[in-house]
Amino acid sequence: MYYLKHIGKYFIMLRQVFRKPQKWSVFREMLFREIDDLGLKSLGIIMFISFFVGGVVAIQTALNVDSPFIPKYLIGFATKRGIILEFAPTFMSIILAGKVGSYITSSMGTMRVTEQIDALEVMGINSLNYLVLPKILAALFFYPLLILLSMFLGIVGGYFAGLLTDLFFSEDFIYGIQLDFDPYFIKYALTKTVVFAFIITTIPAYHGFYVKGGSLEVGRASTRAVVWTSIVIILLNYFLTQMLLG
Amino acid sequence: MIEVKNLYKEFNGVPVLKGISTTFEKGKTNLIIGQSGSGKTVFLKCLLGLHIPEKGKICFDGRIHTELGIKQRRQLRQEMGMVFQGGALFDSLTIEENIMFPLKMFANKPNSEMLDRVNVVLNRVNLENVNKKFPAQLSGGMQKRVAIARAIVMNPKYLFCDEPNSGLDPRTATVIDNLIQEITKEYQMITIINSHDMNSVMEIGEKIIFLKDGKNAWEGSNEEIFKTENEAVVDFVYSSNLFKQVREAYLNKTK
Repeated sequence: MYYLKHIGKYFIMLRQVFRKPQKWSVFREMLFREIDDLGLKSLGIIMFISFFVGGVVAIQTALNVDSPFIPKYLIGFATKRGIILEFAPTFMSIILAGKVGSYITSSMGTMRVTEQIDALEVMGINSLNYLVLPKILAALFFYPLLILLSMFLGIVGGYFAGLLTDLFFSEDFIYGIQLDFDPYFIKYALTKTVVFAFIITTIPAYHGFYVKGGSLEVGRASTRAVVWTSIVIILLNYFLTQMLLG
Repeated sequence: MIEVKNLYKEFNGVPVLKGISTTFEKGKTNLIIGQSGSGKTVFLKCLLGLHIPEKGKICFDGRIHTELGIKQRRQLRQEMGMVFQGGALFDSLTIEENIMFPLKMFANKPNSEMLDRVNVVLNRVNLENVNKKFPAQLSGGMQKRVAIARAIVMNPKYLFCDEPNSGLDPRTATVIDNLIQEITKEYQMITIINSHDMNSVMEIGEKIIFLKDGKNAWEGSNEEIFKTENEAVVDFVYSSNLFKQVREAYLNKTK
């Protein structure tokens, strides 16, 4: 019953969010601000993690492929598949859920406890539409680009790992990443990304918007938001994979 | 005029407001006083439309708040200005952007005109050279003045203030009180202030409503509050020795 109440409240919140913005010029300003806050400011961490995890995936695959009957180009092939199908869209979304999710909950929670959201409501502004819609659109627009970059850097990281460790030849790796390339996998990864981007912005926004109490409660809400966002991402990942690849 | 008729509000079955009826007139500074938990904040939030009452009516110049549609209610809210206890200024915006915010949302004016209006209200609250600063860079008193500037930038008909003096030193508190009273007269607004500050009550309370256990236990002016024999009001307002002596001196003088 407790969970049903929250799920219902979440969908009621979404109904308020998806309204026509009251002033397009203000909305546009907010959208660019959110693209900067949620997207551009996540660029560094995504690039850093993608490059190194790509390297680790390649090294671990190389270390586990020690049979002379398995061709070395499979290292590149497995690294590419792992990064495009799972690592970039899902793992990066979990990272973003932590970074961006906690930011959204804490900033909106602070606005709630310091009465800034009440101030918006008193002015006659639909606070959910004003605060949450630009976040959703910024994430839907920017996260697919981030994930494409993550895929590219993950594979580049794998290539450099080979160069630095001599565990495999770069020619084999490049042959492996070109082998059996299916563009549908990119479409699949981006479809997942768009769904996850929606989850990463709306669940933390829900937890931040309805927070009650003081700063301690804002902290607790941030933790809850990250946990629930991660759980929902993992569950949806399972169902989307079954639906799109099964 | 704001008319409140038999206002009743409860939370989880516990009544907080138990049938409040009163009126607030144009150009007057109205103060709501009462002990913590007496329902002052809930009453103010009902007036603002942030809480929907279970029973009763709130009528803003003929418009019954609870009977308005979403659009009309938003329209009515644009006629309201609110000064929150903590200021509630938007942290991520500069002072200029904070004050300009309601104009940007609702007034279709060129940027230069909006900037002029911002400077007019900043001058009105006696603030200079703060346009590009952020709220965190200002003192508590200055933040309150910015909050007042933001509240009056749209020329509201109704001004609500929740504890505008809390956390301020006595001198700054008096400045804020006088400012609110001057603005009320100048703009001919209906100003309703939630306050714990007895100095404000004595200084600017043209109409004072004393709430006790969710009911309006007493109503009167700052002159009448000196003379009242209502025990609950006397107990609350004259709880400090200083105010007791002030009251005795006033009563002796007027005998």
